[in-house]
Amino acid sequence: MINILLARYRQGRRTMKYPAGPPPKLPARFRGRPSIERGKCGSECRACVDACPTQAITINGKARIDLGRCLFCTDCTRACPDGAITFSQDYRLATDSRDDLILEDNILRLAQGLKGRALRLFGRSLKLRQVAAGGCNGCEMDVNVLNTVGWDLGRFGIQLVASPRHADGLLVTGSVPENMRLALQKTYDALTPPKIVIAVGACAISGGPFADHPEVHNGVAACLPVDLFIPGCPPHPLTILDGLLRFLGRIEGDGDRS
Amino acid sequence: MINPARFVTFGNAEPVELGAVPELAPDEFGRAVVAAADGGLRVGAYFGTAEGQDGVRLYAILLDDLTGSIHGACTAFPLGPFPSLTRECPQVHLFEREIAEQFGIEPVGHPWLKPVRFHPSYTGRPQPWAGSDGRSPPVGITNFFRVDGDEVHEVAVGPVHAGVIEPGHFRFQCHGEDVFHLEISLGYQHRGIERRLTGGPGRRTIHYLETLAGDTTVGHTTAYCHAIEAMTGTYAPPRAQAIRGIALELERLANHVGDLGALAGDVGFLPTSAYCGRIRGDYLNLTAAVCGSRFGRDLVRPGGVLFDIDAPLADSIGALLADAERDTASAVELLWGSSSVMGRFEDTGRLTREVADELGLVGPAARACGIGRDVRHDFPVGIFRFSHVPVSTWSTGDVFARAYVRWLEVQQSIRFIREQLRALPEGPVLAPPPELPPEQLVVSLVEGWRGEICHVAMTGPDGKFQKYKVVDPSFHNWFGLAIALRGEQISDFPLCNKSFNLSYSGHDL
Ligand code: SF4
Repeated sequence: MINILLARYRQGRRTMKYPAGPPPKLPARFRGRPSIERGKCGSECRACVDACPTQAITINGKARIDLGRCLFCTDCTRACPDGAITFSQDYRLATDSRDDLILEDNILRLAQGLKGRALRLFGRSLKLRQVAAGGCNGCEMDVNVLNTVGWDLGRFGIQLVASPRHADGLLVTGSVPENMRLALQKTYDALTPPKIVIAVGACAISGGPFADHPEVHNGVAACLPVDLFIPGCPPHPLTILDGLLRFLGRIEGDGDRS
Repeated sequence: MINPARFVTFGNAEPVELGAVPELAPDEFGRAVVAAADGGLRVGAYFGTAEGQDGVRLYAILLDDLTGSIHGACTAFPLGPFPSLTRECPQVHLFEREIAEQFGIEPVGHPWLKPVRFHPSYTGRPQPWAGSDGRSPPVGITNFFRVDGDEVHEVAVGPVHAGVIEPGHFRFQCHGEDVFHLEISLGYQHRGIERRLTGGPGRRTIHYLETLAGDTTVGHTTAYCHAIEAMTGTYAPPRAQAIRGIALELERLANHVGDLGALAGDVGFLPTSAYCGRIRGDYLNLTAAVCGSRFGRDLVRPGGVLFDIDAPLADSIGALLADAERDTASAVELLWGSSSVMGRFEDTGRLTREVADELGLVGPAARACGIGRDVRHDFPVGIFRFSHVPVSTWSTGDVFARAYVRWLEVQQSIRFIREQLRALPEGPVLAPPPELPPEQLVVSLVEGWRGEICHVAMTGPDGKFQKYKVVDPSFHNWFGLAIALRGEQISDFPLCNKSFNLSYSGHDL
């Protein structure tokens, strides 16, 4: 018993101050929101398009990056002869709509969150059922991290619950293989309305690295209406938390303070 | 025993000409595989490749842990039934089911012939379990083993589970609280990776390797890169090999510490559960300090690594590692001194060494049965040729042993990383390899945190992958979990499951 108390003393209090204080420090090599410097981009060149594993970049007059497909792998950065594509430390990536994820002129319209009745219902208490459907377990692991003492998701009234019957919405990860389609649908059907769906990670948004495989449905939107998109492969826990808090109207703007 | 006339012998990450793999007659091939397994060899991989339009070629890759040598042979026959070896060599049971599923051919005499991943056959032929219309039932529908009796009941769990974990289906035959039998039916995570690796390398190839089991990114990408480097005769610079080793051990640390915390959580011991959940993040953040990604994405590439560890970074990782080490020790050691924890860990989910050997288990699950099996020791390549990691074993085969082996390995991994950080070789970290040569075969083994990762790369006449076979350690070990549950209480399932902590995505591919 004394050892347990000593360990408790040693481990201390570890819950982060964020969002009341600054967000946890990200590593210097972290790859957040990309940007394409138009002045540097030679429009004839398609090196980035050819290098990208997921066809996330399209050039049609100007280059666009689809954050819903992007793996943040920087294969494009290395391929670009002009150094036009860079990845910043900006971890804020969540959007309300699929189209908002297509980055053009480096403008990203972050999630505006729930409004009206939905906000009144879920704003202070959101119960989510997680469904893992055909990813790599990376997103699941970084969703789980939010439940550790450092992040303590519960302090925002957000809880991952064991049954869809107890849930207000689904948090879906994975490319949604045909082998998971029915299970996902049944889980969704088991929620009581009004219900929401959150797609976390490149797989859930676009199929990710498995996009266009005949075995998968290229993400959740093929089967269910999606209310919040959190891109990344996998998204950093801070990106996920930022998305959830924006969704609930807990943070706005630069997101560093509540 | 290995008859040298029947096998080509080579080493880990050592190329052989595809033509040098002896082709045996089907019955001779079967006898040779069974004899080798009887003589103590393990089946690292056993798989088929298409042979023209209507044939199949089976390859057997056998591993000799004692000598560190690898033995390969093949046989070819027209698509159709072939004799099953499972009754004489249980290690191939799941491999044969996989072959049956991919090619639509029946291993005759297989005692447990069911789908593995529930996908249509690659050849368009009906699978052995297809209905009269030639179509196979959808995922999760199969002839589950059933125990009948007035007081026997069945419990079905999944694919969607209560926690934030991957999908799979578990079916228990119970008598009261006691489990007679557990059957595990997977395939829900199947996204067609292995098929898509054929014809590579392409721009998605390395990303498939990174995401076939996202908790083992460094393990699988390292195995892939060893295979490419072996085929092309390139060497990753020594500094890159050391950085790969550091990343591999950080991956082991994060997962082992996370598992120890989750095991504590499963027996309701919250101090260790809360601390380890957080400390796991410290190790992931060290990986992120190296490459920006907590899971080691974009770090390991053919020819080396994309990120260097310079002196200031090495110092800061060393300092953070020392903190994490102290925190880990204070959290984990509580487990062994707490009788309520030990009461649940000890004697639960016991596997004997004999069963573990017969099934060909790998990784901590095997070492917890007293089997000193570790690729880093038995088939060392890369940095492990120069820096040795002692093999950690325990003999009781229960949940406690699987937990305790993890703790021993945590300590070894920390020691290894500290050693590497102190003496990083000078020089570059990347030397990109040329194009792949035609008609080569390489077997690449890496000790991932779950155990032996086995990749078999084969190039065709065009220098593209004619086959790229991935065997995640989970492929060997899922059946071990099923056997460990026999005679246990069903309420101990989460604990037993976590003590193996196997990959669904790595199994389903
Ligand atoms: S970072 Fe994104 S856009 Fe660039 S190559 Fe990778 S997936 Fe494509």
